[in-house]
Amino acid sequence: MLKNRIIPCLDVKNGRVVKGINFVELKDAGDPVEQAKIYSDGGADEICFLDITASNENRETIIDIVRKTAKECFVPLTVGGGVRTIQNITDLLLAGADKVSINTAAVKDISFVKEASKKFGSQCIVVAIDAKKVLDNKWEVFTHGGRNKTGIDAVEFAKQVETNGAGEILLTSMDRDGTKSGYDVELLKVITDSTNIPVIASGGVGTLDHLYDGIVKGGASAVLAASIFHYGEYKIKEVKEYLNSKNVSVRL
Amino acid sequence: MNVTIVDYQSGNISSVINSFTEVAKGKINLEVTSDIKKIKSSDKIVLPGQGSFKSCVDSLNSIDGLVETLKEFAITNKKPLLGICVGLQMFADIGYEEAETKGLGWISGKVSKIDNQNGKFKLPHIGWNEIEIQKESKIFKDIKNKSHMYFVHSYEFIPKDKSVISATIDYSSKIVCSVERDNLFGTQFHPEKSDKIGLKIIDNFMKL
Repeated sequence: MLKNRIIPCLDVKNGRVVKGINFVELKDAGDPVEQAKIYSDGGADEICFLDITASNENRETIIDIVRKTAKECFVPLTVGGGVRTIQNITDLLLAGADKVSINTAAVKDISFVKEASKKFGSQCIVVAIDAKKVLDNKWEVFTHGGRNKTGIDAVEFAKQVETNGAGEILLTSMDRDGTKSGYDVELLKVITDSTNIPVIASGGVGTLDHLYDGIVKGGASAVLAASIFHYGEYKIKEVKEYLNSKNVSVRL
Repeated sequence: MNVTIVDYQSGNISSVINSFTEVAKGKINLEVTSDIKKIKSSDKIVLPGQGSFKSCVDSLNSIDGLVETLKEFAITNKKPLLGICVGLQMFADIGYEEAETKGLGWISGKVSKIDNQNGKFKLPHIGWNEIEIQKESKIFKDIKNKSHMYFVHSYEFIPKDKSVISATIDYSSKIVCSVERDNLFGTQFHPEKSDKIGLKIIDNFMKL
């Protein structure tokens, strides 16, 4: 039986983890490689790096982090943030990433998704969709961390992403992100029902029940969270044991 | 001992290199190459594969003498070869991804799209699934039944001779996830991404 995945996400800025784990055993709390190793040893099903470095000059930094992490973590590694060209993808994959997540570049030009999945295979192309509720039962795609409205319907876009060869969708609710009030389960449900590729839920996790809701009520194949892991509120193992006790199958 | 990972310019093999390097740790000489001479003189071969069946077969065929060399190594001389993901799928006679494409024909059978039962099962099949061991396999030494392995694929290998199947998984139906015949091994899952248990499988292969 296929297990539901738990994916911790590390936000990295200029080579340093922004929201860091407060673990005392860490020699360097801002070191993404060390934190990824803790997650991987703790049972994370995948590791996700989100590069929020503003400038292009620092792209080498994330590549170097990926290179070092990939030598120590033997679970899948996804990297997102600033992926705009085929060369960006090539660089990340050669450094040891298993999947890359494309956001703005996919919204700007969906054919980029097609080109990337044709060149590298669907298995390594994730499209990150940032959606915001605009009306009842209507969500729109936003870019630039929820600042820029695109006028594109999120459900239609998700279908397009699938048609163009993406292997997965990383769906973030911009209404919920950072609020700790839970995933937008309605949004998740409508996207998982209208597509046939796996959807990773993101944005808003504050409690273990939120993760349960994302999988059971929203139909997500995987749940991604940042703060609940970063601040040491929950360990991956606790999350998995909790979900398992509620009959959600996870890799223990 | 010399182990060669065949680099035939198809897909991302960084993770395969990283994991095998971790297991080899200086004890084993690891080469990443498509050089025919080096392949011929190796003790073991790893054949990775990412992307589509067609693109992998096309890439293999584009390197002069590579397919013949691999066949001589694995089939004629029966030396250990491990195919991973599409690397395993290419053992088949034929594959149907992108276009009908002739495979290596080492293990008779076909590679078809997983039946997702009208959308009931999401494709690609991505994530951790429990393997059900069907027969004793040299690469499963000390691996418990129902161990979790990492998968990412939409196509499955259906061999004619069921006796080659060493493990299956449950995803819409029983899917072949590992085969073994003589010294020919193949895994649909990615041992290189399957945490410590995956590294153990790599170690088992290296120690053959």
